[in-house]
Amino acid sequence: MTDIQRDEYCAVAIAEAFRGDGEILISPIGNLPAIGARLARLSFEPGLMLSDGVSKLFGNTPGWGVKGAEKIIEGYVPYRTIFDIVWSGKRHVMMGATQIDKYGNQNIACIGDFKQPKSQLLGMRGAPGNTISHPTSYWVSKHSTRVFVEKVDVVSGVGYDRARELGSAAKYHEIRRVVTNLCVLDFETPDNRMRLRSLHPGVTVDQVVENTGFELVIPDDVPETRAPNAEELRLLREDIDPNGNGKKEVPTEA
Amino acid sequence: MDKRMTESEVIAELRDGMTIGIGGWGPRRKPMSLVREILRSDLKDLTVVAYGGPEVGLLAKYGKIKKLIYGFVSLDSIPLEPHFRIARQTASIPEIVELDEGMFQWGLYAASLRLPFLPTRAGLGSDVLKYNPDIKTVKSPYADAEELVAMPALNLDVALIHMNRGDAGGNGMALGPDPFFDDLFCGAAEKAYMSVEKLVETKELLEQGPIQCLKINRSMVQGVVEAPNGAHFTECPPDYFRDEAFQKKYAATAKDEQAWDDFKKTYLDVSEADYQKAVKAND
Repeated sequence: MTDIQRDEYCAVAIAEAFRGDGEILISPIGNLPAIGARLARLSFEPGLMLSDGVSKLFGNTPGWGVKGAEKIIEGYVPYRTIFDIVWSGKRHVMMGATQIDKYGNQNIACIGDFKQPKSQLLGMRGAPGNTISHPTSYWVSKHSTRVFVEKVDVVSGVGYDRARELGSAAKYHEIRRVVTNLCVLDFETPDNRMRLRSLHPGVTVDQVVENTGFELVIPDDVPETRAPNAEELRLLREDIDPNGNGKKEVPTEA
Repeated sequence: MDKRMTESEVIAELRDGMTIGIGGWGPRRKPMSLVREILRSDLKDLTVVAYGGPEVGLLAKYGKIKKLIYGFVSLDSIPLEPHFRIARQTASIPEIVELDEGMFQWGLYAASLRLPFLPTRAGLGSDVLKYNPDIKTVKSPYADAEELVAMPALNLDVALIHMNRGDAGGNGMALGPDPFFDDLFCGAAEKAYMSVEKLVETKELLEQGPIQCLKINRSMVQGVVEAPNGAHFTECPPDYFRDEAFQKKYAATAKDEQAWDDFKKTYLDVSEADYQKAVKAND
């Protein structure tokens, strides 16, 4: 159980984003989010509820992309129920971000001018409603200045500066974490500007700064991202991601 | 009550400039045989309201859409509908209303309840409000005095939906894992037309699935079309899953005019019966 890989640090960091969430629906969108969410549920957050992405809640925690894994169904959540849960607040989503700025405004709608985008992306999808209703985290598999930008072209997910302007209407707004292939970021600063929370082992502060298109809040001492313990490592390698889907998304740098 | 119609009889009821809601979700249980009939028609300047899938891409490619109101347009396994992508990047659809998925539902629900709007937090602080200045906010009249989005009713002239089973009177069953919002589309519309995989006698409905599947009652529907495989190439479980190979072929037409011409000639310039024959020939 040595040679902990970068994707395994990412999985732990993602799992940690869900720590303390208790009995709510988590919606990890993407590959490593799905792995990290499963890790949280199988270790320190057993109350989390996980959907199959269509309309069922898993009563167990089937491995990610594991053919033939046993699937126990404990609940029914068609989209209408999902929307109810979103607005009820009993949910924590981890979305991707094509662009994100220093206050956590996220863009998954389009690049360029909205009227005639240079590149149409997914669209607003559920980002506006998610971010204003319940905790949101983000996963960025390639930390770069293309993603971490001074100003996003379109605001799909609402950031802290805009939430502040809304006053009490934004009382349920919270961006918990941004986890990337390099580090973990949060907004635990007086003005909710994005802060470097921890570095994955092998990554330097300079490397993060170089790949971020705005000024991050960087504490004097930046800790290392927590390593998985022996049981977590076993869960990841044997049960959750035996096919190495995490490694395909975030290879360990040579 | 016998409301049976053909696809062409349904589409003959539509007019240029109408607002048409299309049920289903992305590439799931879309009334594709009705959409294909629109493609064959002269209809134009439509306002299309949908949790969009390939029907939006096709209608856009045909230049039928004047205004598009949507939460997303996706093919699931292909996250962004390729013809929709081109339509957006060439600004070929004159008016675009991109909404949060929950706001979209709320608009349909308001319309189905004959309310001018329903309040929600969804949209606040996001650019949905920037790009849709017609959507206003409203202040709660109670002690909280919270400022909320007043999501306006999405009133439809016509709704088109596809169900797994139905009877001639217009009772409809969704047997798959998610009924989506088809009942709200019907409720929001002046007139709704439902295609079904299979028409059965009313007394046979409950032999098809549990009573909870009966999402559509006949007061919500003005016409019923029997359309076996009518949702193809979108999924319609448990009757069939998505035809991924066909969807790939369709998606490839966005990058290749020749492929589009061939696709159109084989699958769209033909009757529904010939479409189904051509699809079968691929098996």
